[in-house]
Amino acid sequence: MAEIARPRRARRLGNIAVQVALVAVVGGLFYAAAVNAARNLAAAHIASGFGFWDNTAGFDISQTLIAYSSSTSTFGRAFWVGLLNTLLVAGIAIVLATVLGFTIGIARLSRNWLVSHLAGGYVELIRNVPLLLQLLFWYNAVLKTLPELHGSMTLPGGGFFNNRGLFLPRPQFSENFRYVLIAFLFGAIATLGLSVWARRRRDQTGERFHIRWVVLGLIVVLPALVFLSAGTPLSFRFPNLGRFNVQGGVEILPEFAALLFALSIYTAAFIAEVVRAGLLAVPQGQTEAAQALGLRPGTTLRRIVVPQAMRVIVPPLTSQYLNLIKNSSLAVAIGYPDLFQVFTGSVLFITGQAIEIVAVTMAVYLTISLCTSLLMNWYGHAVGVVER
Amino acid sequence: MSAAAGKTYLRSAPAERLPPPSARRGAIIWLRENLFSSPVNIAMTVTCVAFLAWGIPPLLRFFLFDAIWSANDREACLASPQNPDPGACWAYIRVWFSYFVYGFYPYGERWRVDLFFAALALGIAWLAWLSAPRRGIGAIYFFAVLPILSFGLLSGVPFLGLVSVPTSLWGGILVTIVVATVGIVVSLPFGILLALGRRSDIPVVKFFSITFIEFVRGVPLITVLFMASVMLPLFVPERFAPDKLVRALVGVALFASAYMAEVVRGGLASVPRGQYEAAQALGLTFWRVMGLVILPQALRVTLPNIVNTFIGLFKDTSLVFIVGIFDFLRTIEAARVDPHWATPNTSVTGYAFAAAFYFICCYGMSRYARNVETRLARAHRR
Repeated sequence: MAEIARPRRARRLGNIAVQVALVAVVGGLFYAAAVNAARNLAAAHIASGFGFWDNTAGFDISQTLIAYSSSTSTFGRAFWVGLLNTLLVAGIAIVLATVLGFTIGIARLSRNWLVSHLAGGYVELIRNVPLLLQLLFWYNAVLKTLPELHGSMTLPGGGFFNNRGLFLPRPQFSENFRYVLIAFLFGAIATLGLSVWARRRRDQTGERFHIRWVVLGLIVVLPALVFLSAGTPLSFRFPNLGRFNVQGGVEILPEFAALLFALSIYTAAFIAEVVRAGLLAVPQGQTEAAQALGLRPGTTLRRIVVPQAMRVIVPPLTSQYLNLIKNSSLAVAIGYPDLFQVFTGSVLFITGQAIEIVAVTMAVYLTISLCTSLLMNWYGHAVGVVER
Repeated sequence: MSAAAGKTYLRSAPAERLPPPSARRGAIIWLRENLFSSPVNIAMTVTCVAFLAWGIPPLLRFFLFDAIWSANDREACLASPQNPDPGACWAYIRVWFSYFVYGFYPYGERWRVDLFFAALALGIAWLAWLSAPRRGIGAIYFFAVLPILSFGLLSGVPFLGLVSVPTSLWGGILVTIVVATVGIVVSLPFGILLALGRRSDIPVVKFFSITFIEFVRGVPLITVLFMASVMLPLFVPERFAPDKLVRALVGVALFASAYMAEVVRGGLASVPRGQYEAAQALGLTFWRVMGLVILPQALRVTLPNIVNTFIGLFKDTSLVFIVGIFDFLRTIEAARVDPHWATPNTSVTGYAFAAAFYFICCYGMSRYARNVETRLARAHRR
């Protein structure tokens, strides 16, 4: 970068001096911190190291995707439970936020004045209010004010909800269900093969093969037929409203629902802006040229505008996904057992080993972020426009 | 592409000739063009109108017409035979209002907080008004004088007759503003240094800058705050253990610096290379090249982004709530469960008030950023 008008040798010596000084200062700080930490921890009789990982956890977790019991499972198991809960809520929220965000981003560019301004109002309102406030609103002001257990609202189809959560029928798969899965798998593979073949033929001969109906048959009709002929190998166990609690069925915690709503609604507002910017980045001339060639509006959007817009949209979209994953740590405010809540909440409270636990938690988020950045760099190279 | 299009993608006949656009203007024409131009458009308009008609009246009723504006306790806000469906309980906000602004700051000393707000408003106005006189002095005032002045004013200087007020008594909007201000005052200079470090050709400087920036940006703010609040006391000798608020401030400042560094880096990248070369040709040293030529241009271009970062920071200050600081949101949470005001609508009212506060602040800032942007765009147009 900036070259300084000084003799080169003096500059090089100066650089070396700066580097040595910096390393010394940073190293000194780390050393002092380590010495102090060791002393303070010893004074407080807190163990160090990861020996606690295999100890019995002894606390309950309200939502577990893998088997976990407070009396036998270890802290290490609790870590995986928390991580899976984080990934579950973040994964579903990413899907919802993407759908909502794309809808609103496209609505903002609508030529209908009312539609575009409603979408704009949504974006401004949601973007300018802190996520934590929205989360508390959904949890405390909406979901916690639902009726109590005895006044549960029933849903059509045998589920119900109250202020303890949403209770849905639990599907029970009998042994024959695997034939349905096999049929579905076969349909999926056949579809893949067919679409590759259809594209190759179109590229070579220009003739188009409409696979839409064939795909519908392969993926929906075939498994459905197998399902019926295998004797409908699927039944539901309906939740039972007891006097004090609910038995059976799938339970969706209000904490999970609140976090899901807040994360997807909040992130959707940002995704909408990303999508809008991406679509606006495609020059008007592209649309006009496509129209001049006689492409229909839908085709223009699908084949001309969106592929070019995606190149602009994907990098900021990914960083919104990352933000969503990081923001899911706000779960701690309402007590959803995500990684942060389980680890820096319960585990830290029991073991007191702040350094190790905060380090592990940060390492997980950092790994997710860095992997995504690497993927993004790769994507950037793969789709980047080759400029003349 | 429909099957009817056959084997060709392309137009085979000339496009239909369209009538010239209407030169007439008026409300009806506008309506026809913007709301009722096609069947799909009409359907969308009708759906939107139906949605608004469904949503707006109950909201207005709840927050305005049926709201309880003044009362001594919760009785008025509860459903009663006279008022079977009461609206928002603004009376409770009125009663708790001073708590929301000052927290537990002693009554007799609250003029100090007001003075701090005034001094801060002066600093912000000075910097935000792009053609204000002597903006250089404004910057010195904001980044050097104001922090020292505010610290003395708020925490007290017994020597000057200002009673010291421990930070555990601070609360509400005061704390939110303090955290946000410290965030911006610290993050801008540190962000600039980190951004320069990241572009530096001294390997160690570059390495440390990149490591710090990527590390902080890769983890959630709440883990940084947690690190600051549980690990910082371990890293210093026990007698220097910092105050709870200071720990949160350290966390916020670190976090904001990393984000600011990336914003400033974007600004630096936008300054043409010729500017560096010209400044060097004049014989300026590195710091003078930066201070006199590059940074003034870079910061000006990136001012909208700095404001946007600051909006994010302002919203994120609400996270100090989780490490036990009595910021504005925390005071709302504390007041919400007050048994004297326990009604079904208390929570909603509290959250609506908080949302209005954050919305007004953040929306104001984003309008400002957009104005600066259009102004810059105008200046760049040739």
